[in-house]
Amino acid sequence: MDKTPGTHPVKPWTFDDYTNSYIRRAAATGIYDIRGGGAKRRVPHFDDLLFLGASMSRYPLEGYREKCETKVALGTRFAKNPIMLDIPITIAGMSFGALSGQAKEALGRGANAAGTSTTTGDGGMTIEERSHSNKLVYQYLPSRYGMNPDDLRKADAIEIVVGQGAKPGGGGMLLGQKISDRVAEMRTLPKGIDQRSACRHPDWTGPDDLEIKILELREITGWRVPIYVKIGGARPYFDTTLAIKAGADVVVLDGMQGGTAATQDVFIEHVGQPTLACIRPAVQALQDLDVHREVQLVLSGGIRTGADVAKALALGADAVSIGTAALIALGDNDPALEGEYQKLGTTAGAYDDWHEGQDPAGITTQDPKLAARLDPVAAGRRLANYLKVMTLEAQTIARACGKNHVLNLEPEDLCALTIEASAMAGVPLAGTNWIPGQTPESGKHD
Amino acid sequence: MCGIVGLFLKDKALEPELGGLLTDMLVTMSDRGPDSAGIAVYRGADDGKVKITLQSSNPEQDFENLEADLNTEVVRIDSHAIVSCPADHADTILEQLSAMPHLRVMSTGDAIEIYKEVGLPKSVAERFNIHQLQGSHGIGHTRMATESAVTTLGAHPFSTGPDQCLVHNGSLSNHNSLRRRLARQGVNVITQNDTEVAAAYLTWKMQNGCDLGEALEAGISDLDGFYTFVVGTRNGFGVLRDPIACKPAVLAETEQYVAFGSEYRALVNLPGIEQANVWEPEPATVYFWEH
Amino acid sequence: METYDLTAMELRAVNAALQAKGGGEGGEGGGGSNQTCEVINPRGSHAIAVGLNAPIEVTVEGSTGYYCAGMNQQATINVTGSAGPGVAENMMSGKVVINGDASQYAGATAHGGLLVIKGNASSRCGISMKGVDIVVHGNIGHMSAFMAQSGNLVVLGDAGDALGDSLYEAHIFVRGEVKSLGADCIQKEMRSEHIEKLAHLLKQAEADADPKDFRRYGSARQLYNFDIDNAGDY
Repeated sequence: MDKTPGTHPVKPWTFDDYTNSYIRRAAATGIYDIRGGGAKRRVPHFDDLLFLGASMSRYPLEGYREKCETKVALGTRFAKNPIMLDIPITIAGMSFGALSGQAKEALGRGANAAGTSTTTGDGGMTIEERSHSNKLVYQYLPSRYGMNPDDLRKADAIEIVVGQGAKPGGGGMLLGQKISDRVAEMRTLPKGIDQRSACRHPDWTGPDDLEIKILELREITGWRVPIYVKIGGARPYFDTTLAIKAGADVVVLDGMQGGTAATQDVFIEHVGQPTLACIRPAVQALQDLDVHREVQLVLSGGIRTGADVAKALALGADAVSIGTAALIALGDNDPALEGEYQKLGTTAGAYDDWHEGQDPAGITTQDPKLAARLDPVAAGRRLANYLKVMTLEAQTIARACGKNHVLNLEPEDLCALTIEASAMAGVPLAGTNWIPGQTPESGKHD
Repeated sequence: MCGIVGLFLKDKALEPELGGLLTDMLVTMSDRGPDSAGIAVYRGADDGKVKITLQSSNPEQDFENLEADLNTEVVRIDSHAIVSCPADHADTILEQLSAMPHLRVMSTGDAIEIYKEVGLPKSVAERFNIHQLQGSHGIGHTRMATESAVTTLGAHPFSTGPDQCLVHNGSLSNHNSLRRRLARQGVNVITQNDTEVAAAYLTWKMQNGCDLGEALEAGISDLDGFYTFVVGTRNGFGVLRDPIACKPAVLAETEQYVAFGSEYRALVNLPGIEQANVWEPEPATVYFWEH
Repeated sequence: METYDLTAMELRAVNAALQAKGGGEGGEGGGGSNQTCEVINPRGSHAIAVGLNAPIEVTVEGSTGYYCAGMNQQATINVTGSAGPGVAENMMSGKVVINGDASQYAGATAHGGLLVIKGNASSRCGISMKGVDIVVHGNIGHMSAFMAQSGNLVVLGDAGDALGDSLYEAHIFVRGEVKSLGADCIQKEMRSEHIEKLAHLLKQAEADADPKDFRRYGSARQLYNFDIDNAGDY
């Protein structure tokens, strides 16, 4: 036997196990990988920021006694009836079709209990979600599936979707397994086909046309409800500027961690900017046009905790929106279902084949048996609890920074733990007054 | 993202009204482009003189002694000045101007004059008395800036060759690479604006033997993205839309004129518009009229 | 007959007045009233007579800008001139007649009703249509009936490039030439039920044409479920 010592076998960093499995899967199937959710790679995020708090130079507010307000009004620019929210956290657009009826109901119940809004998705408004949502935002999407003026007039706000953080520049997908009879009917599609949604709107292109589209929607709804424009995190300074110029009441900005019901993995992981990198350019655009806080900014894409909420507001958002986190609160990817996830070849926390409609939690499915597993009342209660915890956490932080309203948090209340986060968020690296890319005098994030 | 208007007169009797008609068309397109506006007017092509349009951010000072310095006729209009000289003297004047970096040359040619500034189209038109201008054809533009800055130089029209100008509605997606490619050919693009790249590209093609129609044809394969272009030359007027052709475009033709508008709204006050042949230009098809 | 002059009234006031007829904006509509009114001096303005929801008759004297008759329900809207982009977009029911030409996106995403264009329609006519019937007396431009889901598109003249690209279940009838068919769009047999349907639509649209002179196009249904061998067509 050869006793010559050998080195430990080395797998290439470039061709790691995951990459090799990706190549084998592509070679075997001939189709790109489609999945749900948002970016899974690690990107600089709110975790890389810390609040400074108050001590001698600033005075904190007394918890439980001294009020720290969380109410936010969205759509104060042109709409007669802005949306009044009790908390600065809304539920992002997710379609009936992508989600079960029960899941949509649970989102509405949870949002109602917390005093916030929920949002339709690609596929129209269901009677269930309208009746279970006190404040419902109606998405206006390129596909216009199920789009009709009666529902438009029932909406409390209209959200024109230009892009999504998971796939800026891409359209939607809903694969055959989830096109049930009802979904097919709502979308005027044959049952069981792979539905493709367009990436551009069918009757306008660009902000000069969008301005006219917004005029039409306002004329149809009597200038009553706010018009939001949702953009993916692509070129946030320019895109925010143009949304404002086109006449938006609210800009919804979705970073790359924002989820989707289904799209190509390559899109989710390789197109778009991290949420943290999007916010300051967007706020700069609002400030340059002198409409910060007049046109509201709603930030989404990887918001999980009250700390994330407080940090987003401190950087200049007026509210945040949650999608993935709301689904987890309902019961998505729960370790209690580990056995079932393993049968699907995955594990709790990693399950992302939402497009296949086999969700053991009964959330991202159209299978009546699976969907029946989700109790909309109990799941709605969990979501309401979660929203309340996040709000309390954000208030706790705001009080510690001496604020009587969460919207009074400022970038100067923050420091960054990493150079990357410091550069992206435009706040100094902890212990220094240094922000990469900025001279100390300028103080201007560009 | 913008509004475009253009008017090419066939009937000389309308020439005194060119500026007035164009101003009206331009102001109608304010919603499409509230950031800046500009207009190129062609007149006096055959008077044997070359005109150079200059712009200065400090016109009081910069233009004060210009007539004496250049020893030729200078007409000041707000932030702009039109320098006129005999054709054989133009190169000397341009050389002198190149030593005055505070002055920007916006156009040169036998006929072209360009006026553009930041602000609403109405105010820009008033600053330069556009409604009083007469001429044979003209092109106007209202800009909603997409990615490059809202500045005077970022406003359209862009002129990159004698008597040539271009305005654009849309958004190019390969202009940065093309700018570098042009730079290697010695073609200098001043602003970060995608439209200036397109203008420089067409000029470069024409310097290398293409006529305007051929240059536009070549653009169909070399320019990526969304565009409607309206182009002016000494005696011609052209229109090109990209192959996808999403950005709006309306053409109207009568015995008296050919008119272009991003929207029909821009054309409603033209004489005889009710009887005009009104149509939308086809994608990837070059339209060109010449005197 | 009531007359609304857009040079004398704001667009908001004109639309509010039209929307209030026979039910009103936000109402259930269907007041049963058979009112007629006219809008004069449209001068290419946008969003004229949008969001109507009652069986009233509106005549627009002149040419309109974007989205005239957008999301129409029940109303009959006549435009004596030409219409800008997106005329009758997302119409649900009723009838819209354009006497001149229509710009791009005519009848986009419309779910129902009848859109008649007496002149030509530009590109993307019937894009993503979801049940509307569209009859064009003249020609239609490129990318028409792109991703059309349901309904009928009838063209007495010629069709431009890429007709019916990525078509779902809409029916297309063309009497003239088709410059090119889009991905997954094929010519199909004209059966008696199609002739019958077409004859009915032509009559409704006051189009003098013989249904037998038309060819029918529909979806080959090859793109309905992803297949790597069709990758070039996605």
